Amino acid sequence: MIAPVLDPSVFAELSDTMGEDFARELVTTFLDETPQMLATLTDAAARGDGDGFRRAAHSLKSNAEVFGAGRLADLARGLELGGLPDGSAPLQELQQTVAVTCDALGQLIHE
Amino acid sequence: MNDITGHLLIVDDNKVNRLLMSRSVELLGHKASVAENGKIAMEMLSSNSFDILLLDIEMPEMDGFEVLEALKANPHLRDLPVIVTSSVEGLDNIVRCIELGAEDYIPKPVNKILLNARVSSCLEKKRLHDEQKRLLNRFATAEVAQDLQESGFSIGGKRLTATVLFCDIRDFTSISESMSPEATIELLNMYYTLMFDAVSSQGGIISLMVGDGLMAIFGAPKAIENPAQSAVSAAQDMRNMTALLNEESALSGQPQLKIGFGIATGEVVAGYAGTQDRAIYTCIGKTVNLAARLEAYTKVAGVDVLLDEETRKHLADPDACTVIPSVDLKGFSKALNVYAL
Repeated sequence: MIAPVLDPSVFAELSDTMGEDFARELVTTFLDETPQMLATLTDAAARGDGDGFRRAAHSLKSNAEVFGAGRLADLARGLELGGLPDGSAPLQELQQTVAVTCDALGQLIHE
Repeated sequence: MNDITGHLLIVDDNKVNRLLMSRSVELLGHKASVAENGKIAMEMLSSNSFDILLLDIEMPEMDGFEVLEALKANPHLRDLPVIVTSSVEGLDNIVRCIELGAEDYIPKPVNKILLNARVSSCLEKKRLHDEQKRLLNRFATAEVAQDLQESGFSIGGKRLTATVLFCDIRDFTSISESMSPEATIELLNMYYTLMFDAVSSQGGIISLMVGDGLMAIFGAPKAIENPAQSAVSAAQDMRNMTALLNEESALSGQPQLKIGFGIATGEVVAGYAGTQDRAIYTCIGKTVNLAARLEAYTKVAGVDVLLDEETRKHLADPDACTVIPSVDLKGFSKALNVYAL
Protein backbone atom coordinates (compact mmCIF):
# COMPACT_ATOMS: atom_id res chain seq x y z
CA MET A 1 0.00 0.00 0.00
CA ILE A 2 1.28 3.44 -0.91
CA ALA A 3 1.46 5.75 2.10
CA PRO A 4 -0.32 9.11 1.92
CA VAL A 5 1.79 12.14 0.95
CA LEU A 6 1.13 13.83 4.27
CA ASP A 7 -0.58 12.94 7.52
CA PRO A 8 -1.80 16.36 8.75
CA SER A 9 -2.22 15.08 12.32
CA VAL A 10 1.59 14.88 12.65
CA PHE A 11 2.00 18.59 11.93
CA ALA A 12 -0.92 19.38 14.25
CA GLU A 13 0.79 17.50 17.06
CA LEU A 14 4.09 19.20 16.31
CA SER A 15 2.33 22.58 16.57
CA ASP A 16 0.71 21.56 19.84
CA THR A 17 3.86 20.34 21.54
CA MET A 18 6.45 22.70 20.08
CA GLY A 19 4.40 25.80 19.40
CA GLU A 20 2.72 26.86 16.16
CA ASP A 21 5.33 29.41 15.14
CA PHE A 22 8.15 26.97 15.73
CA ALA A 23 6.38 24.22 13.73
CA ARG A 24 5.94 26.62 10.77
CA GLU A 25 9.58 27.71 11.04
CA LEU A 26 10.65 24.06 11.01
CA VAL A 27 8.66 23.37 7.83
CA THR A 28 10.16 26.49 6.21
CA THR A 29 13.62 25.25 7.12
CA PHE A 30 12.83 21.87 5.55
CA LEU A 31 11.54 23.55 2.36
CA ASP A 32 14.73 25.65 2.21
CA GLU A 33 17.02 22.69 2.84
CA THR A 34 15.34 20.17 0.52
CA PRO A 35 16.92 21.29 -2.79
CA GLN A 36 20.38 20.97 -1.23
CA MET A 37 19.55 17.53 0.23
CA LEU A 38 18.28 16.35 -3.19
CA ALA A 39 21.38 17.75 -4.90
CA THR A 40 23.66 15.96 -2.42
CA LEU A 41 21.79 12.71 -3.11
CA THR A 42 21.91 12.98 -6.91
CA ASP A 43 25.57 14.08 -6.83
CA ALA A 44 26.47 11.09 -4.65
CA ALA A 45 24.60 8.77 -7.06
CA ALA A 46 26.41 10.31 -10.07
CA ARG A 47 29.80 9.89 -8.37
CA GLY A 48 29.02 6.34 -7.22
CA ASP A 49 29.53 7.44 -3.60
CA GLY A 50 27.53 4.79 -1.71
CA ASP A 51 28.11 6.25 1.76
CA GLY A 52 27.17 9.78 0.71
CA PHE A 53 24.08 8.46 -1.07
CA ARG A 54 22.96 6.47 1.97
CA ARG A 55 23.52 9.44 4.30
CA ALA A 56 21.54 11.83 2.06
CA ALA A 57 18.66 9.34 1.73
CA HIS A 58 18.74 8.81 5.48
CA SER A 59 18.54 12.57 6.10
CA LEU A 60 15.53 12.94 3.79
CA LYS A 61 13.81 9.97 5.44
CA SER A 62 14.44 11.36 8.90
CA ASN A 63 12.92 14.77 8.01
CA ALA A 64 9.99 13.21 6.16
CA GLU A 65 9.15 11.28 9.34
CA VAL A 66 9.22 14.50 11.41
CA PHE A 67 6.43 15.96 9.26
CA GLY A 68 4.42 12.77 8.70
CA ALA A 69 5.36 12.67 5.02
CA GLY A 70 4.86 8.91 4.78
CA ARG A 71 5.31 8.43 1.03
CA LEU A 72 8.60 10.34 0.96
CA ALA A 73 9.80 8.55 4.10
CA ASP A 74 9.11 5.12 2.54
CA LEU A 75 10.85 6.02 -0.71
CA ALA A 76 13.88 7.49 1.04
CA ARG A 77 14.14 4.45 3.34
CA GLY A 78 14.08 2.19 0.27
CA LEU A 79 17.00 4.15 -1.22
CA GLU A 80 18.88 4.21 2.10
CA LEU A 81 18.68 0.43 2.40
CA GLY A 82 18.96 -0.36 -1.31
CA GLY A 83 22.24 1.39 -2.01
CA LEU A 84 23.13 3.13 -5.26
CA PRO A 85 20.21 2.78 -7.75
CA ASP A 86 20.30 1.25 -11.21
CA GLY A 87 19.15 3.86 -13.69
CA SER A 88 17.46 7.15 -13.05
CA ALA A 89 13.87 6.03 -12.41
CA PRO A 90 14.11 5.77 -8.60
CA LEU A 91 15.65 9.26 -8.38
CA GLN A 92 12.97 10.73 -10.66
CA GLU A 93 10.28 9.16 -8.49
CA LEU A 94 11.94 10.61 -5.40
CA GLN A 95 12.15 14.09 -6.96
CA GLN A 96 8.46 13.98 -7.86
CA THR A 97 7.53 12.82 -4.36
CA VAL A 98 9.68 15.56 -2.80
CA ALA A 99 7.87 18.11 -5.01
CA VAL A 100 4.37 16.99 -4.00
CA THR A 101 5.42 16.72 -0.36
CA CYS A 102 6.82 20.25 -0.39
CA ASP A 103 3.63 21.55 -2.03
CA ALA A 104 1.49 19.87 0.61
CA LEU A 105 3.67 21.18 3.45
CA GLY A 106 3.66 24.67 1.91
CA GLN A 107 -0.15 24.64 1.81
CA LEU A 108 -0.26 23.43 5.41
CA ILE A 109 1.76 26.34 6.78
CA HIS A 110 -0.14 28.92 4.71
CA GLU A 111 -3.54 27.70 5.82
CA MET B 1 10.35 21.77 33.53
CA ASN B 2 12.85 19.73 35.50
CA ASP B 3 14.39 19.99 38.96
CA ILE B 4 17.82 19.08 37.63
CA THR B 5 18.77 20.97 34.53
CA GLY B 6 21.73 20.33 32.33
CA HIS B 7 23.71 21.55 29.35
CA LEU B 8 23.22 19.20 26.41
CA LEU B 9 25.24 19.00 23.23
CA ILE B 10 23.16 18.00 20.21
CA VAL B 11 25.16 16.49 17.37
CA ASP B 12 23.30 16.17 14.08
CA ASP B 13 24.20 17.01 10.49
CA ASN B 14 20.59 17.82 9.58
CA LYS B 15 19.37 21.35 10.26
CA VAL B 16 15.71 20.41 10.78
CA ASN B 17 16.75 17.78 13.32
CA ARG B 18 19.07 20.19 15.14
CA LEU B 19 16.31 22.80 15.41
CA LEU B 20 13.79 20.24 16.58
CA MET B 21 16.11 18.69 19.17
CA SER B 22 17.22 22.09 20.50
CA ARG B 23 13.63 23.19 20.88
CA SER B 24 12.67 19.92 22.62
CA VAL B 25 15.60 20.20 25.02
CA GLU B 26 14.91 23.86 25.80
CA LEU B 27 11.22 23.19 26.39
CA LEU B 28 12.31 20.62 28.99
CA GLY B 29 14.21 23.39 30.78
CA HIS B 30 17.73 22.47 29.70
CA LYS B 31 20.38 24.42 27.83
CA ALA B 32 21.19 23.23 24.31
CA SER B 33 24.27 23.65 22.13
CA VAL B 34 24.62 22.17 18.66
CA ALA B 35 27.35 20.64 16.50
CA GLU B 36 26.97 19.76 12.82
CA ASN B 37 29.08 16.61 12.91
CA GLY B 38 31.18 14.44 15.18
CA LYS B 39 34.41 16.30 14.50
CA ILE B 40 32.96 19.64 15.57
CA ALA B 41 31.38 17.93 18.60
CA MET B 42 34.75 16.52 19.74
CA GLU B 43 36.30 19.99 19.44
CA MET B 44 33.49 21.49 21.52
CA LEU B 45 33.81 18.73 24.12
CA SER B 46 37.51 19.41 24.52
CA SER B 47 36.94 23.04 25.46
CA ASN B 48 33.50 23.05 27.13
CA SER B 49 31.74 21.03 29.75
CA PHE B 50 28.47 19.27 28.87
CA ASP B 51 26.20 17.02 30.91
CA ILE B 52 24.81 14.84 28.12
CA LEU B 53 25.49 14.25 24.46
CA LEU B 54 22.53 13.69 22.12
CA LEU B 55 24.19 11.97 19.20
CA ASP B 56 23.08 11.22 15.66
CA ILE B 57 24.77 8.30 13.89
CA GLU B 58 24.75 9.03 10.16
CA MET B 59 26.97 12.09 9.75
CA PRO B 60 29.73 13.22 7.38
CA GLU B 61 33.32 13.89 8.59
CA MET B 62 32.98 11.82 11.78
CA ASP B 63 29.92 9.66 12.35
CA GLY B 64 28.27 8.72 15.64
CA PHE B 65 30.10 5.39 15.95
CA GLU B 66 33.45 7.17 15.62
CA VAL B 67 32.40 9.70 18.25
CA LEU B 68 31.46 6.89 20.66
CA GLU B 69 34.85 5.24 20.05
CA ALA B 70 36.72 8.52 20.61
CA LEU B 71 34.83 9.19 23.83
CA LYS B 72 35.55 5.71 25.14
CA ALA B 73 39.28 6.18 24.51
CA ASN B 74 39.39 9.54 26.31
CA PRO B 75 39.65 9.25 30.13
CA HIS B 76 38.19 12.76 30.54
CA LEU B 77 35.15 12.09 28.37
CA ARG B 78 34.41 8.41 28.72
CA ASP B 79 31.93 8.99 31.57
CA LEU B 80 29.90 11.53 29.60
CA PRO B 81 26.41 10.04 29.12
CA VAL B 82 25.47 9.66 25.46
CA ILE B 83 21.93 9.20 24.20
CA VAL B 84 21.87 8.17 20.57
CA THR B 85 18.99 9.81 18.71
CA SER B 86 18.81 8.38 15.26
CA SER B 87 16.63 6.79 12.65
CA VAL B 88 19.46 4.50 11.64
CA GLU B 89 18.18 1.24 10.15
CA GLY B 90 18.97 -2.19 11.56
CA LEU B 91 19.00 -3.62 15.07
CA ASP B 92 22.72 -4.41 14.75
CA ASN B 93 23.49 -0.68 14.48
CA ILE B 94 21.55 0.05 17.66
CA VAL B 95 23.32 -2.80 19.47
CA ARG B 96 26.66 -1.44 18.26
CA CYS B 97 25.86 1.97 19.82
CA ILE B 98 25.10 0.39 23.19
CA GLU B 99 28.21 -1.80 22.98
CA LEU B 100 30.30 1.30 22.27
CA GLY B 101 29.06 2.82 25.53
CA ALA B 102 25.90 4.74 24.62
CA GLU B 103 23.60 5.07 27.60
CA ASP B 104 20.45 4.79 25.54
CA TYR B 105 18.93 4.86 22.08
CA ILE B 106 15.87 6.91 21.13
CA PRO B 107 14.49 6.50 17.61
CA LYS B 108 13.67 9.59 15.56
CA PRO B 109 11.35 11.41 15.41
CA VAL B 110 12.11 11.76 19.09
CA ASN B 111 9.17 11.43 21.43
CA LYS B 112 9.32 14.34 23.88
CA ILE B 113 8.07 12.36 26.89
CA LEU B 114 10.61 9.61 26.26
CA LEU B 115 13.37 12.18 25.79
CA ASN B 116 12.44 13.84 29.08
CA ALA B 117 12.57 10.53 30.95
CA ARG B 118 15.92 9.53 29.42
CA VAL B 119 17.54 12.93 29.94
CA SER B 120 16.35 13.14 33.57
CA SER B 121 17.64 9.65 34.27
CA CYS B 122 21.01 10.44 32.68
CA LEU B 123 21.36 13.70 34.61
CA GLU B 124 20.58 11.92 37.88
CA LYS B 125 23.12 9.19 37.09
CA LYS B 126 25.70 11.83 36.20
CA ARG B 127 24.99 13.71 39.43
CA LEU B 128 25.57 10.52 41.46
CA HIS B 129 28.69 9.72 39.48
CA ASP B 130 30.07 13.26 39.99
CA GLU B 131 29.29 12.99 43.71
CA GLN B 132 31.13 9.65 43.85
CA LYS B 133 34.11 11.25 42.11
CA ARG B 134 34.11 14.15 44.59
CA LEU B 135 34.05 11.74 47.53
CA LEU B 136 36.81 9.66 46.01
CA ASN B 137 38.92 12.78 45.63
CA ARG B 138 38.25 13.77 49.21
CA PHE B 139 39.32 10.44 50.69
CA ALA B 140 42.03 9.54 48.22
CA THR B 141 44.55 11.79 46.52
CA ALA B 142 43.85 12.98 42.99
CA GLU B 143 46.43 10.54 41.56
CA VAL B 144 44.98 7.55 43.41
CA ALA B 145 41.44 8.61 42.45
CA GLN B 146 42.55 8.86 38.81
CA ASP B 147 44.32 5.50 38.99
CA LEU B 148 41.16 3.92 40.43
CA GLN B 149 39.00 5.45 37.72
CA GLU B 150 41.35 4.40 34.93
CA SER B 151 42.43 0.94 36.07
CA GLY B 152 39.72 -0.03 38.55
CA PHE B 153 40.29 -1.43 42.02
CA SER B 154 42.12 -4.65 42.69
CA ILE B 155 44.08 -5.74 45.70
CA GLY B 156 47.71 -6.37 44.81
CA GLY B 157 50.82 -4.51 43.84
CA LYS B 158 53.54 -4.13 41.29
CA ARG B 159 57.27 -3.58 41.56
CA LEU B 160 58.50 -0.17 40.61
CA THR B 161 61.10 2.41 41.53
CA ALA B 162 59.87 5.22 43.73
CA THR B 163 60.99 7.64 46.39
CA VAL B 164 59.49 7.36 49.86
CA LEU B 165 59.39 10.26 52.31
CA PHE B 166 58.65 9.92 56.02
CA CYS B 167 58.21 12.89 58.28
CA ASP B 168 56.97 13.66 61.73
CA ILE B 169 56.81 16.46 64.24
CA ARG B 170 59.55 16.22 66.85
CA ASP B 171 58.34 15.78 70.42
CA PHE B 172 54.75 16.21 69.36
CA THR B 173 53.50 14.31 72.40
CA SER B 174 55.13 16.75 74.81
CA ILE B 175 54.02 19.76 72.69
CA SER B 176 50.44 18.55 72.72
CA GLU B 177 50.45 17.94 76.45
CA SER B 178 50.61 21.69 77.03
CA MET B 179 47.74 22.35 74.57
CA SER B 180 43.98 21.83 74.61
CA PRO B 181 42.71 18.93 72.43
CA GLU B 182 41.04 21.50 70.11
CA ALA B 183 44.28 23.45 69.70
CA THR B 184 46.18 20.19 69.07
CA ILE B 185 43.79 19.17 66.29
CA GLU B 186 44.01 22.67 64.82
CA LEU B 187 47.80 22.50 64.82
CA LEU B 188 47.73 19.03 63.24
CA ASN B 189 45.31 20.20 60.57
CA MET B 190 47.53 23.16 59.77
CA TYR B 191 50.51 20.80 59.49
CA TYR B 192 48.58 18.37 57.28
CA THR B 193 47.44 21.20 54.99
CA LEU B 194 51.00 22.44 54.51
CA MET B 195 52.38 18.94 54.01
CA PHE B 196 49.65 17.89 51.55
CA ASP B 197 50.30 21.05 49.54
CA ALA B 198 54.06 20.51 49.51
CA VAL B 199 53.77 16.84 48.51
CA SER B 200 51.04 17.18 45.89
CA SER B 201 52.59 20.24 44.25
CA GLN B 202 55.70 18.09 43.64
CA GLY B 203 53.62 15.23 42.15
CA GLY B 204 53.68 12.97 45.23
CA ILE B 205 50.86 11.40 47.19
CA ILE B 206 50.30 11.05 50.94
CA SER B 207 49.92 7.35 51.59
CA LEU B 208 49.69 7.19 55.40
CA MET B 209 48.84 9.56 58.22
CA VAL B 210 49.47 8.28 61.70
CA GLY B 211 49.14 10.94 64.38
CA ASP B 212 51.79 13.50 63.49
CA GLY B 213 53.62 11.14 61.13
CA LEU B 214 53.17 11.05 57.37
CA MET B 215 54.37 8.79 54.62
CA ALA B 216 54.47 10.16 51.09
CA ILE B 217 55.25 8.36 47.83
CA PHE B 218 56.76 9.95 44.72
CA GLY B 219 56.64 8.09 41.42
CA ALA B 220 53.62 5.89 42.12
CA PRO B 221 50.87 5.34 41.10
CA LYS B 222 51.86 7.89 38.46
CA ALA B 223 55.44 7.90 37.20
CA ILE B 224 57.17 11.27 37.53
CA GLU B 225 60.39 12.46 35.92
CA ASN B 226 62.66 12.59 38.96
CA PRO B 227 60.90 11.27 42.09
CA ALA B 228 64.02 11.73 44.26
CA GLN B 229 64.34 15.43 43.39
CA SER B 230 60.57 15.92 43.83
CA ALA B 231 60.62 14.36 47.31
CA VAL B 232 63.59 16.49 48.38
CA SER B 233 61.94 19.63 46.94
CA ALA B 234 58.76 18.78 48.88
CA ALA B 235 60.79 18.44 52.10
CA GLN B 236 62.50 21.78 51.40
CA ASP B 237 59.13 23.47 50.69
CA MET B 238 57.79 22.00 53.88
CA ARG B 239 60.79 23.18 55.85
CA ASN B 240 60.34 26.72 54.50
CA MET B 241 56.62 26.72 55.26
CA THR B 242 57.23 25.45 58.78
CA ALA B 243 59.67 28.31 59.32
CA LEU B 244 56.96 30.80 58.32
CA LEU B 245 54.43 29.06 60.53
CA ASN B 246 56.88 29.19 63.44
CA GLU B 247 57.37 32.95 62.96
CA GLU B 248 53.61 33.42 63.33
CA SER B 249 53.41 31.03 66.28
CA ALA B 250 56.23 32.89 68.07
CA LEU B 251 54.17 36.11 67.96
CA SER B 252 51.17 34.43 69.59
CA GLY B 253 53.23 32.40 72.06
CA GLN B 254 52.40 29.11 70.37
CA PRO B 255 54.90 26.23 70.46
CA GLN B 256 57.49 25.92 67.68
CA LEU B 257 57.31 22.96 65.30
CA LYS B 258 60.37 21.03 64.29
CA ILE B 259 59.96 18.40 61.62
CA GLY B 260 62.22 15.52 60.70
CA PHE B 261 62.32 14.02 57.18
CA GLY B 262 63.73 10.69 55.97
CA ILE B 263 63.89 10.10 52.21
CA ALA B 264 64.91 6.92 50.37
CA THR B 265 64.74 5.84 46.73
CA GLY B 266 64.63 2.33 45.29
CA GLU B 267 62.42 -0.59 44.39
CA VAL B 268 59.09 -0.83 46.18
CA VAL B 269 55.98 -2.91 45.78
CA ALA B 270 53.14 -0.41 45.32
CA GLY B 271 49.42 -1.08 45.11
CA TYR B 272 46.21 -1.44 47.02
CA ALA B 273 46.58 -3.23 50.34
CA GLY B 274 43.75 -4.17 52.63
CA THR B 275 40.51 -6.00 51.95
CA GLN B 276 37.93 -5.73 49.18
CA ASP B 277 35.94 -3.39 51.45
CA ARG B 278 38.65 -1.20 52.87
CA ALA B 279 42.04 -0.64 51.35
CA ILE B 280 44.68 2.03 50.90
CA TYR B 281 47.17 2.76 48.17
CA THR B 282 50.56 2.20 49.73
CA CYS B 283 53.96 0.76 49.10
CA ILE B 284 56.16 -1.63 51.04
CA GLY B 285 59.70 -2.92 50.84
CA LYS B 286 63.22 -2.18 52.00
CA THR B 287 63.11 1.38 50.61
CA VAL B 288 60.12 2.18 52.81
CA ASN B 289 61.90 0.79 55.91
CA LEU B 290 65.01 2.78 55.04
CA ALA B 291 63.06 6.06 54.75
CA ALA B 292 61.41 5.40 58.14
CA ARG B 293 64.76 4.61 59.75
CA LEU B 294 66.35 7.72 58.25
CA GLU B 295 63.56 9.86 59.64
CA ALA B 296 64.09 8.35 63.09
CA TYR B 297 67.85 8.91 62.76
CA THR B 298 67.42 12.68 62.14
CA LYS B 299 66.97 13.01 65.92
CA VAL B 300 70.23 11.19 66.58
CA ALA B 301 72.14 13.13 63.92
CA GLY B 302 70.56 16.44 64.94
CA VAL B 303 69.51 17.35 61.35
CA ASP B 304 66.14 18.01 59.66
CA VAL B 305 66.46 15.98 56.48
CA LEU B 306 68.31 12.73 55.81
CA LEU B 307 68.61 11.04 52.41
CA ASP B 308 69.97 7.71 51.25
CA GLU B 309 72.70 7.40 48.60
CA GLU B 310 70.21 6.57 45.80
CA THR B 311 68.17 9.73 46.43
CA ARG B 312 71.28 11.93 46.63
CA LYS B 313 72.57 10.55 43.30
CA HIS B 314 69.48 11.80 41.47
CA LEU B 315 69.53 15.34 42.83
CA ALA B 316 70.29 18.31 40.60
CA ASP B 317 73.07 19.25 43.02
CA PRO B 318 74.25 16.08 44.84
CA ASP B 319 77.31 17.87 46.26
CA ALA B 320 75.12 20.18 48.33
CA CYS B 321 74.57 17.29 50.77
CA THR B 322 76.80 16.50 53.74
CA VAL B 323 77.74 12.86 54.16
CA ILE B 324 77.33 11.12 57.50
CA PRO B 325 79.45 8.00 56.98
CA SER B 326 78.83 4.44 58.11
CA VAL B 327 75.59 4.77 59.99
CA ASP B 328 74.13 1.59 61.50
CA LEU B 329 70.39 1.53 61.02
CA LYS B 330 68.11 -1.02 62.64
CA GLY B 331 67.09 -3.77 60.22
CA PHE B 332 70.02 -3.11 57.84
CA SER B 333 72.94 -5.51 58.04
CA LYS B 334 75.53 -3.13 56.52
CA ALA B 335 76.44 0.34 57.72
CA LEU B 336 75.29 2.98 55.23
CA ASN B 337 76.46 6.41 54.20
CA VAL B 338 73.54 8.81 54.70
CA TYR B 339 73.29 12.45 53.67
CA ALA B 340 72.04 15.56 55.43
CA LEU B 341 70.48 18.30 53.34
